Amino acid sequence: MNLRFPSTTIHSTAHAAGGLIVDSVSFRYAQFALAPLCLEARAGELTAIIGPNGSGKSTLLEILSGHLKTVAGGVYLDGQNLHDLSPRERARKVGLARQETILLFSFEVREFVRQGRHPHLGHSLFESPEDERWVEWALEKTCLQEFARRRVMEMSSGEFQRAVLARTLAQRPRLVLLDEPTANLDIGYQVEMFRLLRELARSENFVGVVVTHELNLAAAMADHVVLLHAGQCLRQGKPEDVFQADLLSQAFRTPVLVDRNPSSGRPRVTWVAP
Amino acid sequence: MSISSTRKNVLLLLLALIAALVVADLGALALGGVHLSLGEVWSGLLGRDSASQAAAIVREIRLPRILLAMLVGAALAVSGTGLQALLRNPLADPYVLGISSGAALGAILALWVGGRLAAASPLTAFAGAVLTMSWVYLLGRRAGRLSSYTLLLAGVVTASFLSAIILFVLTLLSTRDVRGTAFWLMGDLSTVPNVQIRLLFPAIAIAILVLYGFSKDLNILLLGEEEAAHLGVNVARVETAVYLLASLLTGLAVSVSGAIGYLGLLVPHLGRMLVGNDHRALIPTAAFGGAIMLVLSDTLARTLVAPAELPVGAVTAVAGAPVFIYLLRRTSG
Repeated sequence: MNLRFPSTTIHSTAHAAGGLIVDSVSFRYAQFALAPLCLEARAGELTAIIGPNGSGKSTLLEILSGHLKTVAGGVYLDGQNLHDLSPRERARKVGLARQETILLFSFEVREFVRQGRHPHLGHSLFESPEDERWVEWALEKTCLQEFARRRVMEMSSGEFQRAVLARTLAQRPRLVLLDEPTANLDIGYQVEMFRLLRELARSENFVGVVVTHELNLAAAMADHVVLLHAGQCLRQGKPEDVFQADLLSQAFRTPVLVDRNPSSGRPRVTWVAP
Repeated sequence: MSISSTRKNVLLLLLALIAALVVADLGALALGGVHLSLGEVWSGLLGRDSASQAAAIVREIRLPRILLAMLVGAALAVSGTGLQALLRNPLADPYVLGISSGAALGAILALWVGGRLAAASPLTAFAGAVLTMSWVYLLGRRAGRLSSYTLLLAGVVTASFLSAIILFVLTLLSTRDVRGTAFWLMGDLSTVPNVQIRLLFPAIAIAILVLYGFSKDLNILLLGEEEAAHLGVNVARVETAVYLLASLLTGLAVSVSGAIGYLGLLVPHLGRMLVGNDHRALIPTAAFGGAIMLVLSDTLARTLVAPAELPVGAVTAVAGAPVFIYLLRRTSG
C-alpha cells in the first residue's frame, strides 16, 4: 500500500524546521525501477530506511546524496535542490558513509578523518587551524582520540566504522547518510553506533538517514522509519506505525511477530520459528 | 614514522631534502674519472681560475650531467608517484602504461633509418612517447572518461605490443647500432647535449609543480573514484590531468636518457615509508629522493669502471633489486 503525502503538506512543515524533502523521485536501472517516492526527514532526527534486499534502499541513498540523477522529481535539503549544486558544494552539505574496503595505502586515523575537510579547503593546499579544530572535534565525538595516530588498517571493524563516521562528521554536513553502518559489527558496537547517531543528529541538528538491516535497532532508535519494497514505499512514519506484523511479513517474505520491547516501549520484531 | 602534513612540516622536510641533495651533488662533482678536491670543485663553480682543467671538468662536463641526473631522477620518481595514485596501485611504475616502449620505438626507428634522423632520436623518441600516451588514453576510457582499471589494461597491452615491434626492428639493425641501442634502452645519461638539458629543466620543473598542485586531490583519489566524488573531487578532471602530467614527465625523461629502471617504483615506496601517503609531503620527497638517487647512481656509473662508464640503468637495476627485496621482507615481516 503506497502512502504519499501531498506535496503541499511536505513543503510547509519541513521547510520551517529545516530538513530533507524528497519529492516524487523515480529512477530506473535495466532490471529495476524505483517508483515515484516521496519522503521527508527532519533535522535533528534519525530516519531509518528498511526493507528487503533488492528493494532499492541503496539506490535511494545514492539519490538522496544528490549523486544519482533521478528520472523525475527532486531532492531538497533546507529548501535547496541538491542537483543544482556543484559536487564540491554538495560535499559540504551531504556526507555519505558507506561500506569501505580497507585500502592498499595506509593512513593514520587523524589523516583519514582530515580527508573529510577536503570539500572545505577551497584553493588552499593545506588545512587551516579551523579545519584541524573540526578534525579534533570529530575524533572527540566518536571517542577516537586515543586512536589518532593508529593506522586505519590496524583497527577492528567497529573502530574503523567509527573512523568512517568521524570522517563524515568532519565534513560538517547538514545531511548525514549512512549505508548499513553496523554491518559486521557485534551487538555492543551496533547499539553504540545507533546511540551515537541519534545523539549527534540531535546535538548537531543535522538530518540523519540510515539504511539498515537491523530492524530492532531501527525501531528502538529511529524517529521516523521508511519501509521500502520492490522499489516502492510501503509505509513511512513513526516506528509504531510502520512496524506492523502483516506489513513486515509481506515485505520480508517470512512470518514475524511484533510486540513491545520491555525496556524501551518501542516495537520489537521476532521471526516466527519455522 | 609519519609526519603530519602541515605547511610547516612540509617546509622543514624540503629544507632537509635540499641539504641532502647539495651534499650528493658536491660528491658527484668531485668524483669521477678524474678525482677533484672539494676546493677545486668550489672554485670551478664560482668561476675562478677558468683556464684550469678542473674548472673545465666541473662546469662543462659534470655540472650539466648532474643537473640532468637530478631532472630525470625527479621526473621519474614523481611520475611513478602520480601513476600509483591514479591507478590506486603501489606497484605501478612510470613505464606500466607503455610510454617508455613508445619512446624506445621512436628512438630505434630513427637509428634504423639512420643518417640525420639518427641524431634527432630524442625528438623521435618524444614523438613516440606522445603518440603512445594519446593512444593509451583513448583506449583507457570507459563511458567517456578515464577508468583506472581500463587504463591499466590498455597500457599493459600497448607496452607488450610495442616491445614485440621493438624486438623485430632490432633484428634489422647492424650489430654496432644494436649495441648503441642496448645502452640507451637500459638508461644512459652520457649522450645528452647541453642544449637539451636547458630545454628539459623548465619543462620538468613546471610539470612537477603543476602535479604538486593536485596533491590534496590525489590523497582523496586513493579512497576510490566514488568516494572521491562524494568528497567533492572532480574525478574526471583530476585523473586526466594527472595522467597527462605523469606521462609527460616519463616521456621527457625517457626521450633523453632511455628507460632507467627501478627509480620510478622504488623512490615512491621509500617516500611512503618515510612520510606516509599524503602527497603534499610525498611528492617533494619523491622528487628530491629521485634526484639524489640518480645522482648517486650516476656517480657510481662513472667511477666504478673508470675511465669507462657503465650505463646508469645498469647501476639502478643492480642496486635497486636488492634494495627492493629488502624492503619487501621488512614490510611483510
